[in-house]
Amino acid sequence: MSSTRQVGAVLARGASDIPSPHIEYGQIAPLLVVLGVATLGVLVEAFVARKHRYLVQVPLAFAGLIAAFVWTIWLGFHDKPFHVAAEGALGVDQPTLFLQGTILVLAVLALLLIAERRASSFTAQASALPGSEAEQETAAAGITQTEVFPLLMFAVGGMVMFPAASDLLTMFVALEVMSLPLYLLCGLARRRRLLSQEAAVKYFLLGAFSSAFFLYGTALLYGYAGSVRLSAIGAALGRNVGSETLLLGGVALLSVGLLFKLGAVPFHMWKPDVYQGAPTPITALMASCVVVAATGGILRVYYVALENLRWDWRPALWGVAILTMIGGAVVAITQTDIKRMLAYSSIAHAGFLLTGVVATSPDGLSGTLFYLAAYGFASIGAFAVITMVRDAGGEAGHLSRWAGLGRRSPLLAGVFAFFLLAFAGIPLTSGFTGKFAVFKAAVEGGATPLVVVGVLSSAVAAFFYVRVIVVMFFSEPEADGPTVVAAPATATAVALGLAATVVLGVLPQPVLDMAGHAATQMFVR
Amino acid sequence: MSPGHYLALSAVLFTIGGLGVLVRRNAIVLFMCVELMLNATNLAFVTFARMHGNLDGQIIAFFVMVVAAAEVVVGLAILMTIFRTRRSSSVDDANLLKY
Repeated sequence: MSSTRQVGAVLARGASDIPSPHIEYGQIAPLLVVLGVATLGVLVEAFVARKHRYLVQVPLAFAGLIAAFVWTIWLGFHDKPFHVAAEGALGVDQPTLFLQGTILVLAVLALLLIAERRASSFTAQASALPGSEAEQETAAAGITQTEVFPLLMFAVGGMVMFPAASDLLTMFVALEVMSLPLYLLCGLARRRRLLSQEAAVKYFLLGAFSSAFFLYGTALLYGYAGSVRLSAIGAALGRNVGSETLLLGGVALLSVGLLFKLGAVPFHMWKPDVYQGAPTPITALMASCVVVAATGGILRVYYVALENLRWDWRPALWGVAILTMIGGAVVAITQTDIKRMLAYSSIAHAGFLLTGVVATSPDGLSGTLFYLAAYGFASIGAFAVITMVRDAGGEAGHLSRWAGLGRRSPLLAGVFAFFLLAFAGIPLTSGFTGKFAVFKAAVEGGATPLVVVGVLSSAVAAFFYVRVIVVMFFSEPEADGPTVVAAPATATAVALGLAATVVLGVLPQPVLDMAGHAATQMFVR
Repeated sequence: MSPGHYLALSAVLFTIGGLGVLVRRNAIVLFMCVELMLNATNLAFVTFARMHGNLDGQIIAFFVMVVAAAEVVVGLAILMTIFRTRRSSSVDDANLLKY
């Protein structure tokens, strides 16, 4: 009896002793808006009649992304943010807002591709067996599932959270909120469903494997510093207390998890398979938004938590960057599937991005930020073009099917050629400005050999980009070649991607200034 | 027992899980091995929480359990669809995407 009273007294005292957490809702509103819209999307799936769902989901998703973007811009320009919010879980600072804004704009473009109705890339019913009667019936009835929209919004919510996470637990949760919907989205292709399901299984198993590494690295760093807060780990490094074994083991395992999401060699094996098998709009989302989010997370971990350790991690990251640039560029040469080729090209670009990370300076940070924006727009545009070139079996994936496309539809082939030149980094495209920015920062940071390797692998990469252009413009079209389906939403996405690539190439200064300004204060601790 | 023993056990479990993912063929078993790795991580978190005398590690263990549960839901859904299509859960059979 008395013991019950004691427990009650403890509970009563405890309730008044525990301070309620202080959440700055205004500062983290973009994230809350995106996740809120995702939750609303789930409710729409549950309560709105099937024929109205598409008409409700699409405007809802657009409104959510645009509202979150506008709020991010407002935060960035209005009150010069440089602090941590939500009891230290999320950092609100200029580089993070730049990354989040980039992710949200690119997500709007990806949403345009996903919302395309005239040539939908998504299966009518994911649970129906490929080739079964149930599948044919749903296709004939014109039923389209709309679960992709809430899944997309959850994934974008995770991506917005990932670069802002200023402790490793929040980062892990963000990683999973980002990845779990993506695993599902990969398996939803309308055509070639076996490939799509295989891509989902491979991505899921390897992604879960890499998350386990990330988490064990977090555990070891927690053992080292007694906290998972990035700033606390940085401070513990400064005091040089704790076991070196735990520290180095933790950093290594954590890096495996982070580099896997970026798709850096030797953790890149999932990337070609998943990019090829996934529905092309989802590939576009992964090639742009996920790369931005993963690079943002890498930047924050290495610049905030591990800055005092940079003499230890820089050599390792040098090696990874060199392997990634060379590996991606060389293997891409032998590819015959256009999506697979762009996947290897994306691996090579991950290497260029790491060159900016290795610089460890405000210049390196601003160069990386600009590179991410430039590469994101070009890759969404390129994958959008791929969804437009179709034949009887869906998208014409094989490179030989693209022969003579420049004769049949010169405009589309010209636009695609422009995106490829932007990937290669030809002057007057955004790719050139981005590469120049990261390479310049790397040279100033003392990484000249890395830049030499970067320039050489850019030259190798230029070969296979130009090869596609040659195939499109200088070979005879096939008699039963693919047709170009110019659906309105996709065409809009291509036009926006093209406009951004041209503007960032010809007039890069405003965005360079914005990235430079964002990077002056670096990340908040 | 000193906390070192628990850490050693956690490292052993993590290694068994990692090796299992690399050598086993059945997708479900692979997935169970990943779960073993996550549980090894939980053991490490709780041990470190005891060593440092703060509760962070124990709270994190709860988060890990929730995430692992969510991962099971998504993972089994994906494995079910591919099993129904292929009538096999061996990861060696899923070999259309290569080169």
